[in-house]
Amino acid sequence: MDMNALPRTTADNLTDADRRLVAAIQHGLPLVSHPYAVLGDQCGMTEEQVMTRLAGLLADGTIKRLGVVVRHRELGYRANAMVVWDIADDKVSELGHCIGRFEFVTLCYRRPRRLPAWPYNLFCMIHGQDRDAVLERVRQIEQHCQIADVPHEVLFSRRRFKQRGAIYAPLQPGSST
Amino acid sequence: MDDIDRAIINALQDGFPVCERPYAAAAEKIGIDEAELLRRLAALREQNTISRFGPLFHAERLGGALTLAAMRIPQQEMERIVALVNAHPEVAHNYERAHVFNMWFVLATETEAELLAVIQTIEAETGYPVYNMPKLEEYYLNLRFAV
Repeated sequence: MDMNALPRTTADNLTDADRRLVAAIQHGLPLVSHPYAVLGDQCGMTEEQVMTRLAGLLADGTIKRLGVVVRHRELGYRANAMVVWDIADDKVSELGHCIGRFEFVTLCYRRPRRLPAWPYNLFCMIHGQDRDAVLERVRQIEQHCQIADVPHEVLFSRRRFKQRGAIYAPLQPGSST
Repeated sequence: MDDIDRAIINALQDGFPVCERPYAAAAEKIGIDEAELLRRLAALREQNTISRFGPLFHAERLGGALTLAAMRIPQQEMERIVALVNAHPEVAHNYERAHVFNMWFVLATETEAELLAVIQTIEAETGYPVYNMPKLEEYYLNLRFAV
């Protein structure tokens, strides 16, 4: 499918029906035989309309994925680290893509430095069965992307204080918030 | 969790069909029936193995705003500050990490202005600075875990 042919969904061209659909689905899909019919009842659409619109939102990337999001600790990934590097600005994009290609990297973003306290601008998340597994993976990245001499830190998680699915309630038209 | 649960998690992390009876279609691929898939998904959610079953939105596209924020909290103050920070519904995730910057949380709001307002409120309530580190560029995102 030619993605460029689709008008991209944005906050500005979301219809009222889209907003109701997003609000109905953001807490999860109902666990029933016809979940899209149930969602339709909640937002005033037919099952057919819900399916058509969801397919459109998936196709244009407004919904990145429909499916399961797991709690990794419960699945045996006991160690997770945020690994951060201080990469020269003109190299950060190239190295971000290099690091992002490893299958064990779940996220790789550029973020602002907060000098002087925080000099790091490239962030990635690495999960593993234990800390040694995570550190071995950091070594693989350093070797492959040739950044062994770049300042970096490995921030292992100690405790999860809170985890909920991020709730994205789109602005209601006419609402004051 | 048994092999069928693992097969379900692996299969449904890759996507979920959009058709009249999606559970029946997904179940068939896994080799079980619709009723068993529904029952097991309910159990996995009950056991907290699954945190969400539904859409992963491109938040910015919907007008939502997200950021990662960090704080440096003295260890003896941690419990008190965690309670203050977690009390905000805009805090989606919050982790303690082994570093001087020891508290890391994700904020999700409808607008950028609200993000900054929550940050200011947290700074005022806790007396500690919040370091705002929004995503500037995304190189890779995959929230898939093989089990």
